[in-house]
Amino acid sequence: MSTDTPASAPAESAAERYLAVQRSDEFAGLRRALRGFVFPMTVAFFLWYALYVILSAYARDFMGTKLVGNINVALVFGLLQFVSTFLIAWLYSRYADRKIDPVADRIRAEMGEVTHEHGPRG
Amino acid sequence: MNTVLAAEAGDTTARNLTITLFLVFVAVTLAITIWASRQTKTATDFYAGGRSFSGFQNGMAIGGDYMSAASFLGIAGIIALYGYDGFLYSIGFLVAWLVALLLVAELLRNSGRYTMADVLAFRMRQRPVRTAAAVSTITVSIFYLLAQMVGAGALVALLLGIKPGTTFLGMDADAAKIATIIMVGALMIIYVTVGGMKGTTYVQIVKAFLLMGGALIMTVLVLAKFNFNLSSLLGQAAESSGKGSAFLEPGLRYGVEVAGNSTQTFYNKIDLLSLGIALVLGTAGLPHILIRFYTVPTAKAARKSVLWAIGIIGTFYLLTLALGFGAAALVGGEAITAQDKAGNTAAPQLAEALGVDFLGGDLGGATLLAVIAAVAFATILAVVAGLTLASSSSLAHDFYANVIKDGRASERQEVTVARVSALVIGAISIVLSIFAQNLNVAFLVALAFAVAASGNLPAILYSLFWKRFNTSGAVWAIYGGLFAAVFLVFFSPVVSGAPTSMFPDQDWQWFPLSNPGILSIPFGFLCGWLGTVLSKERDEDKYAELEVRSLTGAGAH
Repeated sequence: MSTDTPASAPAESAAERYLAVQRSDEFAGLRRALRGFVFPMTVAFFLWYALYVILSAYARDFMGTKLVGNINVALVFGLLQFVSTFLIAWLYSRYADRKIDPVADRIRAEMGEVTHEHGPRG
Repeated sequence: MNTVLAAEAGDTTARNLTITLFLVFVAVTLAITIWASRQTKTATDFYAGGRSFSGFQNGMAIGGDYMSAASFLGIAGIIALYGYDGFLYSIGFLVAWLVALLLVAELLRNSGRYTMADVLAFRMRQRPVRTAAAVSTITVSIFYLLAQMVGAGALVALLLGIKPGTTFLGMDADAAKIATIIMVGALMIIYVTVGGMKGTTYVQIVKAFLLMGGALIMTVLVLAKFNFNLSSLLGQAAESSGKGSAFLEPGLRYGVEVAGNSTQTFYNKIDLLSLGIALVLGTAGLPHILIRFYTVPTAKAARKSVLWAIGIIGTFYLLTLALGFGAAALVGGEAITAQDKAGNTAAPQLAEALGVDFLGGDLGGATLLAVIAAVAFATILAVVAGLTLASSSSLAHDFYANVIKDGRASERQEVTVARVSALVIGAISIVLSIFAQNLNVAFLVALAFAVAASGNLPAILYSLFWKRFNTSGAVWAIYGGLFAAVFLVFFSPVVSGAPTSMFPDQDWQWFPLSNPGILSIPFGFLCGWLGTVLSKERDEDKYAELEVRSLTGAGAH
C-alpha cells in the first residue's frame, strides 16, 4: 500500500480507502462527468431509435415518401441512424479523452497501487 | 442472366475452388492456433489472450465475433426477398453498440477479469450469482451455436450443390450436412482448446478482413453495374421484386399488415417493436461479446475497440444493403427462393452473377462464388469459436473454480477444466445440431438476443450503477429474464402452430408474438428490482470498491 497520499494512514484498510475515495469531491466529479454524458446520451439515442422503429411500424406512408429518385424517407431515416451512431461514438470518445481519462488517471495515481488481494475472487 | 448456382448446373469448378479456398483458410487458422498455443501459458492467456491486444485488433476481432452468418447471409437474404425490412435488422444490430460503448465496455473491463460473472458477482455472494451467470451464458451461447451450426450444414449442401439423388464423395445431401456440422464442431473445439482466446481472436481478425474484403468487392461490382447510381439500383430491385415501391418501404417482412385481420396486424406491429428492442439491448448482454473486452490492457483500449467495432460493423451493414438490393435486382427473388426459401443463398448467388459479368463467363462466376462461399464458412467458424470459448470460460471460471471449488482451484486446474469444457460443449452442440438439422432454428439468434437483453443486461446495469443492488436481485434478474424469454418463445408461433414453426405439425401456441423482448425485458428489470428490495443484504463497502475500480481502473487486472 502506498504512503504517498495524505489520506492513507498506514492502518487504513483497503475497504476504508475505497470508501474514502468514493466520498471524495474529486471522485464525485468524475462520476458526475461520466453519468452526465452517458445517461442523457443513452436516453437520446434510444428515443431516436425508438422513433425510427415506431415510424417503420405505424407511419408507412410517411416512410414511403420519395425524396430523390427511388430514395425515400425510410432509407434516409435508416442511414441517419448510422450517422447518429457514428457521431455519438465520436463525441463520446472526444469527451472521454478530455473530461474522464485525466480525472480517472489522477485518482488512480493518488491511490497508488492497490493490491489485488482485496479484489473479487477469480 | 445466369441465375442458377454453377455447382447445381453440374459445374465442379466452383465446388473444387470452394473446397480449396476453405482448406487454405483452415490450414492458416490452424497454424495460427498452434502458434497461439505456444504463447498460452497462464489462465490470463487462455481466457483473455494475455490482455495483449490493441484496441484496433480487438475491434476487428469483435467484428469477426459479431458478424455472424445471420448477419452476412441472413440480412442480405431478407433484403433480397423482402426489401427494406432487412435494413431494420442491420440498424438494430449497429445502434446496439452504443449501449456497449457508453454503459458497459469500460466499466466491465476495469472491474472484471475473465467472465461476465466477475462483474455481477463482485459485491455479491459468489455461488448463487456465478451459478446463475453460468446458466445464462451457456444457454445464450448454445442457442446461438445451434443456429450457426445448423445453418452451416444447410449452407454446405446448397453451396456444394448436392441435390437430392446426387452424391459428393459418396455422401448425399443429408450425410453432407451431418459431416459439415461435425467438421465445424471439431474445428471450433480445436481453435478453443488449443489456441484459447489468443488463437480464437486471430481467427476472428482474419475472418473480419476476409468478410469485409468479400463484401467490399461485391458492393463495388454491384454499384458499377448501376453506374454508381443508388437510385437506379433501388429502382431495378423494386422492379425485379414485382412488388414495386413497397419493396423499398418497411412492412413486407416485419409488422406485416394483414388485410381484413386487424388483430393479426396489431400483433405483427407489436412484434416488430419487440424485435427492435431486443436487438438494440441484446448486444451488450451477449457473453461472447463481453469477454472480448478483457483482451485489451486498459479501459481506454476497450473504448477504442468498440469505436473500431462500430466502424467496421457499421460499414459492413451498409455494404449488405447494396448486396441485398443487388441480389434482388440481378438475381431475382424467384431464383433465390428456388435455392433456399429463407434467402440465405442470396449473397453467394449474387457473387456468381457478378463473376459471370465481370470476370468473364461461367468460370468467372464459379470463381467469385467460391470466394464468397469460403468467406461464409470462415464467418461461421469464427463465430462458433467465440461462442464455445465464452461458454467454456464460464463453466470453468464461474462454475468449477468459484462454485464447486469455492475459489480454491489452481490456475492450471482451471485452464484444464476450461479446455475439457470446450470439448464437452462442442460435442453437445454437435449432437444437438444433428438432431435439429431439419428444424427451422433460425429464430434462435433472435432468442439469444432476447435472453441477453432480458436477463444479463439488467443484472449488468444494476451491478454497475445501483448501490442497493444485491445477490437476490442479480439472481432474480438473470433467472427471471431468461425464463420469461424462453417461456414466451416456447408458446409462440416460432416453435409451434404455424407452417414456418420449428414443429409445424404440433400446436401448443398461445403467445402471439415471435419476439418476447417487449415483455421479457421489462420483466427482467422488474425482477432485478423486486429481488433487490425484498432482500435486506447490502454491502456499501464493496459497492464503493466496485464503483471506484470501475470508474478509475484502480486495481484492474
